[in-house]
Amino acid sequence: MSESPVLESRDVTVSYGGRRPVHAVRGVSIRVERGETVALVGESGCGKSSLARAVVGMERIGSGTVLFDGEPVPPLGLRTRKNTGIQMVFQDPNTSLNPRRRVGDQIEDGIAAATARGLAGSSAGDWLERVGLPAASVSRYPHEFSGGQKQRIAIARAIAARPRLLVADEPISALDASTQSSVAALMKDLTRELGAGMLFISHDLAVVRRFADRTLVMLAGEIVESGETARLWAEPQHPYTRALLAAIPEPDGSGRIPASPSAEERRSWL
Amino acid sequence: MSRDAVLSISELHISIGRPLVTGISLDLYPGRVTGLAGESGSGKTLTSMAVLGLLPRGARVTGSIRCGDTELVGADRRTLSAVRGRRVAMVFQDPSASLHPQLSVGVQLTDHVRRHLGLSRRAARQRAVELLERVQVPEPEAALARYPHQFSGGQRQRIAIAIALACDPEVLLADEPTTALDVTVQAGILQLLHQLAEERQLAVLLVTHDLGVMSAIADEVAVMRAGVIVERAPRAALFSAPQHPYTRQLLAALPGSRLEEEPDV
Repeated sequence: MSESPVLESRDVTVSYGGRRPVHAVRGVSIRVERGETVALVGESGCGKSSLARAVVGMERIGSGTVLFDGEPVPPLGLRTRKNTGIQMVFQDPNTSLNPRRRVGDQIEDGIAAATARGLAGSSAGDWLERVGLPAASVSRYPHEFSGGQKQRIAIARAIAARPRLLVADEPISALDASTQSSVAALMKDLTRELGAGMLFISHDLAVVRRFADRTLVMLAGEIVESGETARLWAEPQHPYTRALLAAIPEPDGSGRIPASPSAEERRSWL
Repeated sequence: MSRDAVLSISELHISIGRPLVTGISLDLYPGRVTGLAGESGSGKTLTSMAVLGLLPRGARVTGSIRCGDTELVGADRRTLSAVRGRRVAMVFQDPSASLHPQLSVGVQLTDHVRRHLGLSRRAARQRAVELLERVQVPEPEAALARYPHQFSGGQRQRIAIAIALACDPEVLLADEPTTALDVTVQAGILQLLHQLAEERQLAVLLVTHDLGVMSAIADEVAVMRAGVIVERAPRAALFSAPQHPYTRQLLAALPGSRLEEEPDV
């Protein structure tokens, strides 16, 4: 049991639509170990969100298996979610936090999910302090906070449930650039402390580079390259990874416009 | 106002209930990309909206925005509509919001050309094809008959740029033009904007929070924070030797900048 990764998918496929289905995920196998942060990067429509939803049981899998702590993941209804030890953080905290409930009460929900699994209780105020907000914020409402602070609250709620796996879908994309890195670093620290694994989905390689242990690159429903983040950054193997890295404009003041892949190049990746 | 500026903003103040932009001055020059950088809430978008009189009702604007001899602050509708699209055009972050979903690309490209420039239907169509060719939309003839949803996000932004250029404006306001796009698509749009500025001698105001994008195509960058420009410098100087602590802080937070702090993880 202790040897099995916290998350393992084998040949997972996800398809949408009936007669002419769209194959969003085409046989993907990934692994997330305890204490590990794995980034899943790719451009819009590559299937990364579908994969994320599939591994947490929010999306029906066409074929393949998903194992969470070595056990199959059951499809999750809202009622069973409390007891699983999987938590998600989404892109927009405005839609994931309830605007009409006090912040403290919402974090209490997370704590309740932890105690329901037999873990010790904790206090909402402590979790707020862990994400860098004053404990007294418990009695305030989401609209009283900035976007970055709201996302910290959403993270506090997810972490308060003491998940063994945290799946985050573009959790920092809606934040200002100056807070992105600190929020991502916070997520990594908290999950590592819990001994949990994190699957971090992002379209932004430049940000992921700073904290992910491993990075998976997804294109058209498949993982085209995976590896240790530093290695992948230094020696990208797949032409798509190389194109992605080359397209990032560097804030170096050089006035260099990054290369844009041609239509032929795009075809050659597939 | 300096002599060759095509658009000159001076001492611009905007308040909506409370002061949001306080004393901005900025000149735009032909063939040059001027960057306005800042985080959300800094007032950079309000500044660009003020140029075209697109601020919400109840906004109080003082100061001056001059386009040639025309004063735009406090201008009446007729003056503004003669300037909008014709002399100053705009491209927004979300091309699906700036294109009309129920009108074909052809209609959207020819309508205002015919009105503003008085071209015949045929001449307008010819011009539309040329514009689509210029922004590298494949099969421009066929594209005219298609609708925005039939194009990818990057193609839609190219079409929005073509529409903006249709009346040969002197000034292009580009507000986060690549923020909604994938990075490989963004690169193509940045190249296009850079080329257009040069070949058409367009004065471009590039509003973005993304300093990587700034570094790629802006000639000069103004950094805005809480309604004020805290620093302004030519691109190379801003990135290699930022003077204001806020600029330094922004750069330090960025992966890949010279001032990048070591990740603390």
